[in-house]
Amino acid sequence: MSPGFVVSKLVRCLVTLLLAVTFVFIVLRLSGDPAQRMLPDDVDASVIEAYRRMWGLDKSMPEQFVRYIVSVLRGDFGISFRDNREAIDVVSERIPATLALGFLALAITIFLGVPAGIFAALNKGRWLDRAMMTATILGHSLPNFFLGILLILCFSMTLRWLPSSGIGTWQHLVMPALTLGTAFAGTVARFTRSSMLEVLDQPFMRTARAKGVSKQTRTLRHALPNAAIPIVTVIGLRLGALVGGATVVETVFGYPGVGLLLVNSVAQRDLAVVQAVVLLIAFSMVVVNLVVDLAYGWLDPRIAALEEREAAT
Amino acid sequence: MSDVSADTSRRIRPARSIPFLEIRWPRAPLLVGLCIAWLVLVALAAIFADVLAPYGYAEQSLLNRLKPPAFLGGSPDFLLGTDPLGRDVLSRLLYAVRTSVIIALVGTVIGAVVGTMMGILAAHFRGWVDDIVMVLVDFQASVPFLIIALAVLAFFGNSFELFIVIIGLFGWETYARLARGLVIGVNSQGYAGAIRTLGVHPARIYLRHVLPNIMSILVVQVTLNFPEIILLETSLSFLGLGVQPPGTSLGLTLGEGRNYIATAWWIGIPAGMVIFLTTLSISILGDWTRDLLDPSTAKSE
Repeated sequence: MSPGFVVSKLVRCLVTLLLAVTFVFIVLRLSGDPAQRMLPDDVDASVIEAYRRMWGLDKSMPEQFVRYIVSVLRGDFGISFRDNREAIDVVSERIPATLALGFLALAITIFLGVPAGIFAALNKGRWLDRAMMTATILGHSLPNFFLGILLILCFSMTLRWLPSSGIGTWQHLVMPALTLGTAFAGTVARFTRSSMLEVLDQPFMRTARAKGVSKQTRTLRHALPNAAIPIVTVIGLRLGALVGGATVVETVFGYPGVGLLLVNSVAQRDLAVVQAVVLLIAFSMVVVNLVVDLAYGWLDPRIAALEEREAAT
Repeated sequence: MSDVSADTSRRIRPARSIPFLEIRWPRAPLLVGLCIAWLVLVALAAIFADVLAPYGYAEQSLLNRLKPPAFLGGSPDFLLGTDPLGRDVLSRLLYAVRTSVIIALVGTVIGAVVGTMMGILAAHFRGWVDDIVMVLVDFQASVPFLIIALAVLAFFGNSFELFIVIIGLFGWETYARLARGLVIGVNSQGYAGAIRTLGVHPARIYLRHVLPNIMSILVVQVTLNFPEIILLETSLSFLGLGVQPPGTSLGLTLGEGRNYIATAWWIGIPAGMVIFLTTLSISILGDWTRDLLDPSTAKSE
């Protein structure tokens, strides 16, 4: 992996981030006077005036834009009118809960999806393969909010095993993480399967078999690393859907993470919090995409080399 | 982007092929038949909602609140029971199907048209136009659409028109990317150049010659996109940020039913089942048509 490859990826990240900030800036200005949007309705006229001066709303648009970027860089998103605190504080205290949910869901996805895809590929065309592929279509079509409600109906209402909402114990995490993880696991299983099937046909797999390498070693040491690229791609591509899904799942289970905060803030039009959450998510998505891009270069050096050659021409 | 170039190299069938007409229907497996039957049922429910529904969607009957469905000992007047305002669940379900189907259809058309046009523009002009479109595509692909939709709804407030526009913008980037790759491929072929030397206007070339050639691939993309659009609309409505009461959509119905899940599950669960079966049917049908259109996937799987 050469520095050029890393730098070109970094530049793209910065462009995306700048676009996200610009998007929020434009939407914010288009939708009315930010001073009135960001402050509660009942504040004094002098406060509004002070706020306008503080944020430079009396300046020209390009100057406002630069000021906006600077304030975003300083983590200054304005005051949440719902609890009169800095928006950034309101958001950041919700982050650990969402990260816990997200990582658990991702773990479920990977430890369910990848082995399922491998087994389906090894048993191609048999009943195990068909059953798994049917399950993935079912999982993909089942909306996560509906699955969540069905789980609540089953495990909270009927069996009374798990709490239906809230946070605190590990039991609170079980259903949200399962809901978020399983839908995603189906997609990963399908990609793992088709990617494994392609690799299993390759001549080097025949060679390994002829050498007498055991089936387990062949699958895990020879086939899986070569099939890893599409799997990493799909996980990277679907992380956005995971973040979107988290907002829905957190709402279903009343799980107080960033997603639930976003939904509540949108409903009550607490714009300072909304823009903080949106920019936070854009930022984390960009970082994740960068990690996935760099992971390619590490998993398959040919990709980095190819992109450098394309960039050179 | 490598998948697009792979698609263009496996050159596209002759002009004016409409994929659905090439399918030999009688050979469809039973499962696909069931899916088609379900989708026809949904379409009929959407078209004839006001004829089929025994009551209006907002018609309240306070004497008949939270009645269970007829098959659970409820009154035969309310086949699927009633909600906390005494509204007939079946009638509301039919109208909800109509709203959700209309939004998904309009949204799909907007997304496909806007995205394809952007893709064609990028491929036609190349240079900085292409760069701008591709940067926008990258941006759209890197930030979750649900989050963008929520932000726009927060800033502009909720209205039905805005909601449809937001739904319509979903997935434009996939069409743009696809159309761009396909058009660049077609433009490098002899026939497009031949027509161009005749002095035909570019718009005419794209509408009459290029678009029919890339249509079948775009149609496949529609079948992939449609279930996602239904899920987006129902998710937003479920969160209470999409279709607003007293209107109704499948997601909103399920959202309203969530609060009564312990006592009156029949309010929400039927709507959830309809969403599930519909997206499932389109997915199965889409898989099957893709295999028919593209024999190479059948071989590799």
